[in-house]
Amino acid sequence: MAQALSTVLNIKNLSISVNDSPLIKDVSFSIESGEIFALVGESGSGKSLTSLAIMRLLPEALQVTAGQISLNQTDLFTLPEYQMQKIRGKQVAMIFQEPMTSLNPVMKVGEQVAEVLRVHLKIRGKLARQKVVSLFEEVGLPQANDRYDWFPHQLSGGQMQRVMIAMALACEPDLLIADEPTTALDVTIQAQVLELLKTIRDRRGLSILFITHDMGVVNEMADRVAVMKQGEIVEQADKEHFFSHPQHPYTQQLLADAIPKQSFKPIIDTKSLLQINDLKVHFPVKKGLFQRTVGYVKAVNGVTLTIKKGQTLALVGESGSGKSTIGQAILKLVNSTSGSVNFSSPGEGGSNIESIVDFTALTEKQMKPFRKKVQVIFQDPFSALNPRMTISEIIREGMNSLQVGSPNKKDQDARIEELLEQVGLLAEHKYRFPHEFSGGQRQRIGIARALAVEPELIICDEPTSALDVTVRAQVLNLLEELQQKYQLSFLFITHDLSIIPAIAHEVAVMKEGRIVEQGSVEQVMRFPKHEYTQALLNSAPKLLRQTMP
Amino acid sequence: MSFVWLWTDLMVWSLLFVILAGIRSIKHSEQARKQWRSIFESPIAMASAVILTFYFVFALLGSVHIQLASSGDNSLDKRHGVYSVLDLSLMHLIEQTERTYSAPFATHEYSTSLNFDENGQVSQSYLALKYGGQHLTKGASIWLDVLKKTGLPLLLTFGIMALLLLIHGLFRFRTAALRDINNKTKTLPWKTAYISVFSLLFLFIWFYHLSHFYHVLGTDKVGQDVLLQSIKSIRTGVLIGLLTTLVMLPLALILGISAGYFKGWVDDVIQYIYTTLNSIPGVLLIAAAVLVMQVIITNNSDWFGSTEERADLRLLFLIFILGLTSWTGLCRLLRAETLKISQVEYVSAAKAFGLGPFKIIKNHILPNLMHLVLIALVLDFSGLVLAEAVLSYVGVGVDPTTASWGNMINQARLEMAREPMVWWSLFSAFVFMFTLVLSANLFSDRVQTVLDPRRVH
Amino acid sequence: MFAYIMRRVLFALPILIGVNFITFALFFMVNTPDDMARAQLGAKQTTPEMIQSWKVDHGYDKPLFFNADAPGLAKVQDTLFVQESMKLFVFDFGQSDSGRQITADVYERMWPSLAIALPTFVIGLVTNIALALLIVLFRGSALDTATMMVAVAIMSISGLFYIIAGQVLFSKVWHWVPISGYTEGWEGFKFLILPIFIGVFSGIGAGMRWYRSIFLEEMNKDYIRTARAKGLSDLKVLFGHVLQNGMLPILTGVVVVIPTLFMGSLIMESFFGIPGLGSYTLDAINAQDFGIVKAMVFLGSVLYIIGLILTDISYTLFDPRVKLA
Repeated sequence: MAQALSTVLNIKNLSISVNDSPLIKDVSFSIESGEIFALVGESGSGKSLTSLAIMRLLPEALQVTAGQISLNQTDLFTLPEYQMQKIRGKQVAMIFQEPMTSLNPVMKVGEQVAEVLRVHLKIRGKLARQKVVSLFEEVGLPQANDRYDWFPHQLSGGQMQRVMIAMALACEPDLLIADEPTTALDVTIQAQVLELLKTIRDRRGLSILFITHDMGVVNEMADRVAVMKQGEIVEQADKEHFFSHPQHPYTQQLLADAIPKQSFKPIIDTKSLLQINDLKVHFPVKKGLFQRTVGYVKAVNGVTLTIKKGQTLALVGESGSGKSTIGQAILKLVNSTSGSVNFSSPGEGGSNIESIVDFTALTEKQMKPFRKKVQVIFQDPFSALNPRMTISEIIREGMNSLQVGSPNKKDQDARIEELLEQVGLLAEHKYRFPHEFSGGQRQRIGIARALAVEPELIICDEPTSALDVTVRAQVLNLLEELQQKYQLSFLFITHDLSIIPAIAHEVAVMKEGRIVEQGSVEQVMRFPKHEYTQALLNSAPKLLRQTMP
Repeated sequence: MSFVWLWTDLMVWSLLFVILAGIRSIKHSEQARKQWRSIFESPIAMASAVILTFYFVFALLGSVHIQLASSGDNSLDKRHGVYSVLDLSLMHLIEQTERTYSAPFATHEYSTSLNFDENGQVSQSYLALKYGGQHLTKGASIWLDVLKKTGLPLLLTFGIMALLLLIHGLFRFRTAALRDINNKTKTLPWKTAYISVFSLLFLFIWFYHLSHFYHVLGTDKVGQDVLLQSIKSIRTGVLIGLLTTLVMLPLALILGISAGYFKGWVDDVIQYIYTTLNSIPGVLLIAAAVLVMQVIITNNSDWFGSTEERADLRLLFLIFILGLTSWTGLCRLLRAETLKISQVEYVSAAKAFGLGPFKIIKNHILPNLMHLVLIALVLDFSGLVLAEAVLSYVGVGVDPTTASWGNMINQARLEMAREPMVWWSLFSAFVFMFTLVLSANLFSDRVQTVLDPRRVH
Repeated sequence: MFAYIMRRVLFALPILIGVNFITFALFFMVNTPDDMARAQLGAKQTTPEMIQSWKVDHGYDKPLFFNADAPGLAKVQDTLFVQESMKLFVFDFGQSDSGRQITADVYERMWPSLAIALPTFVIGLVTNIALALLIVLFRGSALDTATMMVAVAIMSISGLFYIIAGQVLFSKVWHWVPISGYTEGWEGFKFLILPIFIGVFSGIGAGMRWYRSIFLEEMNKDYIRTARAKGLSDLKVLFGHVLQNGMLPILTGVVVVIPTLFMGSLIMESFFGIPGLGSYTLDAINAQDFGIVKAMVFLGSVLYIIGLILTDISYTLFDPRVKLA
């Protein structure tokens, strides 16, 4: 048994650079035995690199220019490679963000865990299998003995992450490095995995270096916290102090952006813009000798929703719930099987007679004039813009195709510049290419593109999920501004509960193709009726629940 | 004297046009400019590009044909006929044909022949060549003579290089002055380029000079100069490598993109077509098509004019057949990539803008496929040059009268069995072909490294 | 599994019909039944009646693709195309120009082809993969760059040169092996050494590069990072993880070739005097013997399609993610 407060990991003045440009500058911190240390930062802050440096698994182009890393009082940088191999997986283990790609797809999961036992502890055969099964039980995998022989693709995301954890724990390491282990998981699963890690820490006295960008998770897990920005540690404190008295302005900003707004948006009773009635989208499954349709994947299975003018409806659900499919069905990017999508367009030319059009009944040609009224913003800023087109070409495309505004090139240029400035960019950016911009900026360009055709409804398909916390706040603010200015309606699709009060008036919760609960945000989030909604809310990190009004 | 434009000539010059247009569009696009700059930053790629350019220039020179009228009514005037500009510049080699085999730099024939002297005695002796090495006085050393003749070419090469350097230097000075001082771009490996150009230029001028006095690479069975043949074969090899892709590209593009974008029955039909085509063994399909073509030609020989035109037409048909049978590989690649791109979000955005399939393909899919096309083009080039040799051996390649490395190898093969061995024809074809294929492979490697985002080095 | 195979076979049928169609079109464009009759009867004085009777005798009097006179379905069935195709499907290849039975010849000559092609294939595969793995161990080093240069050089040399140079060097100058020829049984082994060696050597350049790029691509994947984090050495990573996963894309390219090994290499067999299907085909092309060429095209297609089916099946066997659809 180790003495109390023995230092497991000690990093002193670590500096890493690539081709003379520094990536990590003078980073120092230490982790005690049995402690969970959270390393927080946005993408590009260097937190993952630090963890790779500890394992000495940095990409070849990167060099450690200064510093020392000691694990259990052993200086890791002085060790030859073969000795380092004895330490990896045995004294320090690591789990990664994407469990699907982090496991060997053609090897049984049990075998992959047994491999660690074989390499480090020389345990083979039946004994190894027994140990693996007991590890599986410890991490909460049901039917552990059967699961030994399964392959990664047969497991769910949460189960795969449990396997990774089992693999990491197999040789009873002193330090576990967890690099964003729950970021790719659904909220309910995330809660379970975090709980598991805490249990293991309690049971085994394991130290954990927990890398994340999510403040809620930090609040759940950490004993001590360090914040990294652009390769440097800007603040280090224990959890209580960190959350109650953040010192550095960057930390303050992070916390401010992470903690959701304290108020709900009032609902104004405007008329309905888009009415979805009993929408069903079923994808056929084909099997057999002649590829007969044997069944259907019911992505959307009878959904009724109303989106009001100038208001935002948030559509919440976990992955596979069908929320994105609804957006695609509205836009006719995917064919709906039955039901209607009714769009109310105000009377043309000053008349007061409103017409209601069912999008599902239109042909592509008939749909075209309506496309300018319903637009879309996507999740992944990196694939939302054609890398070979300039910004002005990207924005111009919609204007030309849907004949919005003047066809004169100069007029269009002026409008493009106006749009860019509205979303917080500069007019001269229109000559640049997407790769010259950051994720947040690209998302703004996507918004400008959608705005260019003067839509009434914008479908936002998880537009902030791939963005850092600070950028997320900015984009949400922008969307709110635009909504006020142009009376835009949003269908805001997301899996992140914390941002809903900031942006939405009403919310609908989706599970397996059906709406299980809907209503005003205040109603649903304060007084959830359906058990699924309750489970979702309970899984959200305490930080958010605490501060939600 | 009038210009004669063979079909393949027209194709080559239009290809040149296309390449120039391509270079212009690269200049306009900053992204493309960066990529190509990166390609040429590798000294190996630079050297390979220089070599390829030389070959291409030779091919171009061989693709301008002139009809020479016979002067007077001297029917023995060898000058009558259709000649390319290349031929005209190497006219001395065409005219100075020996009787039979001779080794490189030889003064006498390779094998002995019966000789009757004045007394009616029969003896075996080496006959003196008609043209090769005949300027030497008896007993003079060949190597000394060659050395003496190296001086002039060397001087000439230096002169030309100085001129080139001057022009290039002025050009670079101008662009350097315009360039932003803070722009930390790597300089292109001009040293390598200069060395390559110098070496090739010197080699060529040296050989050219020597070829007036010797058969630098020997002569073949019918006394033709091997150097001449090798140089003339450049055009054949280069044309097959380049023009085939001209034929293959539209097919692969249209069918591949359609299959990937429209899916459904269009995809099924196109997949059926290329699977069927692929299952026929390549050589057999080409052989069958070539045989068909041969029969058509012999049955309708009145369609075609001179022998040159007939031979050229055979080359043209070979190019077409190769193109029609080799589009399937690229088509598959394009189909897979189109399938991937169709799922990407910016394509969905375009659909949400109501863009029709044609516009989407033109603006979004095609530009993002071009890197694959370029890689395939450069990759296929060397394979096609090698294929020509094999096809000529099988007998379904170019016409036997057309100069090609395949034909040279074919003829050389039998010569290897002789005692003593006749090796220079084969060696020459090997060196010329190897240089071209190696340069093309090295260059295509570099192109692939730069353009393919996934590729691992 | 059975249903899966049946479905693949069903898909193969239209392809074979398509192949037949193409070969038919090509050959009959060149060699109409009239031409064939004239050739057989001697070019002297052939009256239309003689041609017609010859055609009837040999069954060539039917129209090519479409018989307007016949009733119903027979419009398509009672044609030359269907008639000849039916024969092909039961592997009745008919007679060659010289009167020999093609099917019998094919059966006899496929074994020599296999005797060369199979060892070349297996030895080549093992050598290339071994060399590629070795090079991946040294990735990024000067050895890696130098080896890749050599590989490019090797693959830039025409196969013809390898054969000719090989024959000159090993047979003519050094007298280690005979230049060409073939005998049955174990004494024939000495005739196979040189062609197999040349076949393997000429393929090393391209093979090594291709396998190396596959293995390198695997090395950059996430699960290898996990394997390293477990403390596995480079060697264990290569052989325990990379090789297994790399086999999948390798299978796609490799298995499809196996059935076509029977066809033999036209060039190899011709240069080395091996009486296999390759030289059989080559001689037929030169002699313009369409009967044989037609048969070889059909055979080649059948073998290729079998290769495609085998590839799919091998995927289901080796990749646990692939389920038989």
